[in-house]
Amino acid sequence: MEKFTTLQSRAIPLHIENVDTDQIIPARFLKATDREGFGNNVFRDWRYHKDGTINTDFVLNDSKYSGSILVAGDNFGCGSSREHAAWAITDFGFKVVVSSFFADIFKGNALNNGLLPVQVSPAFLSDLMQKIVSNPETELVVDLEKQTISVKDSELSENFEIDAYKKTCMINGYDDIDYLINNKEQIEAFEAQKIY
Amino acid sequence: MGKTLFDKVWDSHVVSTIENGPQILYIDKQLIHEVTSPQAFNELEERGIPVFRPSQIVATADHNTPTLHQDQPIKDALSRKQLEQLSENCKKNNITLYELGHKYNGIVHVMAPELGVTQPGLTMVCGDSHTSTHGAFGAIAFGIGTSQVAQVFASQCLLLTKPKSLRVTVNGKLKNGVLPKDVILYIISKLGTNSGTGYFCEYAGNVFEEMSMEGRMTVCNMSIEMGARGGMIAPDETTFEYVRGREFAPKGEEFDKKVAYWKTLPTDSDAKFDKEYSFDAEDIEPMITYGTNPGMGIKISETIPVDENPSFKKSLAYMNFEAGESLINKPINFVFIGSCTNSRIEDFRVAANYIKGKKKAANVTAWLVPGSKQVETQIIEEGLKSIFDDAGFELRQPGCSACLAMNDDKIPQGEYCVSTSNRNFEGRQGQGSRTILASPLVAAATAVEGKIIDISKQLN
Repeated sequence: MEKFTTLQSRAIPLHIENVDTDQIIPARFLKATDREGFGNNVFRDWRYHKDGTINTDFVLNDSKYSGSILVAGDNFGCGSSREHAAWAITDFGFKVVVSSFFADIFKGNALNNGLLPVQVSPAFLSDLMQKIVSNPETELVVDLEKQTISVKDSELSENFEIDAYKKTCMINGYDDIDYLINNKEQIEAFEAQKIY
Repeated sequence: MGKTLFDKVWDSHVVSTIENGPQILYIDKQLIHEVTSPQAFNELEERGIPVFRPSQIVATADHNTPTLHQDQPIKDALSRKQLEQLSENCKKNNITLYELGHKYNGIVHVMAPELGVTQPGLTMVCGDSHTSTHGAFGAIAFGIGTSQVAQVFASQCLLLTKPKSLRVTVNGKLKNGVLPKDVILYIISKLGTNSGTGYFCEYAGNVFEEMSMEGRMTVCNMSIEMGARGGMIAPDETTFEYVRGREFAPKGEEFDKKVAYWKTLPTDSDAKFDKEYSFDAEDIEPMITYGTNPGMGIKISETIPVDENPSFKKSLAYMNFEAGESLINKPINFVFIGSCTNSRIEDFRVAANYIKGKKKAANVTAWLVPGSKQVETQIIEEGLKSIFDDAGFELRQPGCSACLAMNDDKIPQGEYCVSTSNRNFEGRQGQGSRTILASPLVAAATAVEGKIIDISKQLN
């Protein structure tokens, strides 16, 4: 997993609530047996019309916006457990997703892939959206060590929560498998004496 | 202070706790399928890590399988490769696989309970969010991502922070024609799609106590649609009788010992939940959804609410519905009865009971997709197939099918489908398709009438 410490980038505003994993990566693209290339089809049915032409109304196709931070509406990532959603978002080039609320499984999948989910207050999210829309060149700064997200050259800043263990993993690029297999003896001891 | 059912099962599976961090939770059973497992097997292979406890893993092929001509080679090359890879991975790692055509093959959340793999007091995971289904037995069961599938392969454990607890109580007498699907759609419509996020939900009250295991599975299945990682119902005599005698259930004295333990699991009377809701059974009516998330549901007799929220309006525009309108008499051309929510024998009995002696409307394509080979066999043996055949319904072979339309079972662009599945997301049943979630009874009635009708009026 790639390490994450700080990131300064422009952001793309996706002003839609309840973005589900079927929108992030539709099921028909889940036939692959490796992790690569899902970025081509991220938000496929919003980015393209059914005839394959580009939907110029969709924010990812708007050349005004760029950057590796996706700022999305409430309850991002609801729906299925497909980790392909996190793979698609990272493969497209995002390193951070900001929302006022994340679905559980998506959040876990993101953290397991070095994609940082930053949960902010609804008011801050609304300010952020406004800033980016009024000036697409707005730069955001995400500092994982300090657990802050700020708008560069402005007063706008907020702290965000992250599990202390997951924070260490993200900063160092560790994943859970390393930790678990290093605890095999303890797991075997548990198996030998389990009560149920 | 007393413990909840969830506390009891969780606490008995904690291997250790990391200071200021998550816990190592032991997983008794992992279920796998072709779509979310290949990358996990690859990861283990790349890192040279063996599968730790292959005997605690059960595999099936379901998400990406055809529902016609299962005896013939799969035409789609990518789908074929995915299934071949599953077979190869299972063989290499000594994992039991019920592949396409096997008498135990089926949707993972239908076949595992049928085989007695699912039991009270266990922890179970699968790379599928509807793993919450198995909570109907009083197990902790939840969906995981592929990285976590790999973690369980490697260690039979996961690193997790204990979720908070939520209880939804429904007491009273359900009205005629109100099925378990209506109960859960009603709860989600009241609580919204993210009210359960961060929680495990216990369903309590006489409504769930009186439900069959099939009904309880339908309810727990949709817990994730209100954001809850899992749902649970206290194990009782109904549960024990369902498990007894199944292929992988404990036998004889061992079974009696287990039952004695399972009886200790229900929530203590003085246990506290982090959040509680309760509803009256009498308030629930046959339900239907009108939008693009499962929380957008109404009683079938009600009208679509008015809401100025842009995401709400976007959703109605996608569905081509107007705020304030009724769905009664909307012409419907597609009906799907199937999915891990409603593809068990009881669901097909309900449908057959309604359909008997009637004919499907000429405009309707009606697909019936059993959840497993065993359900398919039962449908034939109980004589339901001939009822469906006579009425013009098409009984297909088992699989996830048009619930997520990974295979060829797709609803065409712009068409409505009244579906017994669990998600009405944009394009879920095929690009541009419009899904209306409902019970098997409402779905059967829609197929017969060719339009949505107020089933409660017809029944009374």
